[in-house]
Amino acid sequence: MVNILIISHSLKIAEGTKELAEEMKQDEVDIQIAGGINNGELGTDADLIEQKLKNMDYKDGIVVLADLGSAVMSFNMVKEWLPEEKQNLIRLANAPLVEGAVLGAVEASLGKSLEEVMATIEENSIINKNNL
Amino acid sequence: MASETKKLFLETADVIIENKEYLTELDAAIGDGDHGINLARGFKKLKEKLENENFESRNELFKLTAMTLISNVGGASGPLYGTAFLNISKVISDEQLELDDLVEIAEEAIAGIQKRGKAEAGEKTMLDTIIPAAESLKQSRDNKHNLDTALSDCLDSAAEGMKSTIEMQATKGRASYLGERSIGHQDPGATSSYLILKTFIEGYLK
Repeated sequence: MVNILIISHSLKIAEGTKELAEEMKQDEVDIQIAGGINNGELGTDADLIEQKLKNMDYKDGIVVLADLGSAVMSFNMVKEWLPEEKQNLIRLANAPLVEGAVLGAVEASLGKSLEEVMATIEENSIINKNNL
Repeated sequence: MASETKKLFLETADVIIENKEYLTELDAAIGDGDHGINLARGFKKLKEKLENENFESRNELFKLTAMTLISNVGGASGPLYGTAFLNISKVISDEQLELDDLVEIAEEAIAGIQKRGKAEAGEKTMLDTIIPAAESLKQSRDNKHNLDTALSDCLDSAAEGMKSTIEMQATKGRASYLGERSIGHQDPGATSSYLILKTFIEGYLK
């Protein structure tokens, strides 16, 4: 199963996004979060991102959803510190955080491959909100 | 040599901590208002670590500085300065540094920042201080100026670069969300870069 890591400047955003995504999952998908710094302040904790990526099961791949600037920057940096074979299985989705996480949870829990999950998230996560 | 450099880092930490409010005010105008708070948190931690440790080499000192900032700053300036110092750690020797070495160090720092932030000159970032400073060092090297003159010119170029961000429109980072409204404010990252360079250069020239 593909697993999901949510990285946000805000612990509340990360927790809420995880809660929303978990509601949709069809089967066991590991959704982890790295939100905020110092247990609740706004910011990005590179050590926490590293710890999550080290501990999560990555054999089928990890899809990462991140919010603004330093969340993306810190993730890219931490990823470079991992062994190369692991780097190839960890992908940052070019998608909005909430929509990407919800779609990702559905797709991953249906047993889709890393490539399939990524393709669906990146294609479909920006939905037309005026034409639901 | 490493102990002299450690002293410069301790002074830099004090300068950043003293300027916490100022940097935060600059950031509040065009960003999320945490640059001073973030950097002061990182440099405060750095100070604690440096005070309890002696370093055999500058390489070790720069590496520890990089990792401490990466782990404790909490904003984009953590990975940006962290990667710059990490890159510098790979090339810095424990010999007396010559102009050639300083040019190499500056180029490594810029490469590290660009790797993380993907910015170029003129985007209202820390690079608008650091790139002119590096260019000035290169010119001094090509014109065979002595080290003291080169450093004092380098600091002047850094200051001009920092001030040039006032008129720039931000196209990278949180300030870019403000579009044209980012014009008219000095960039906080360019300012912290200037403060770091200033402390190192004045500390050396002292």
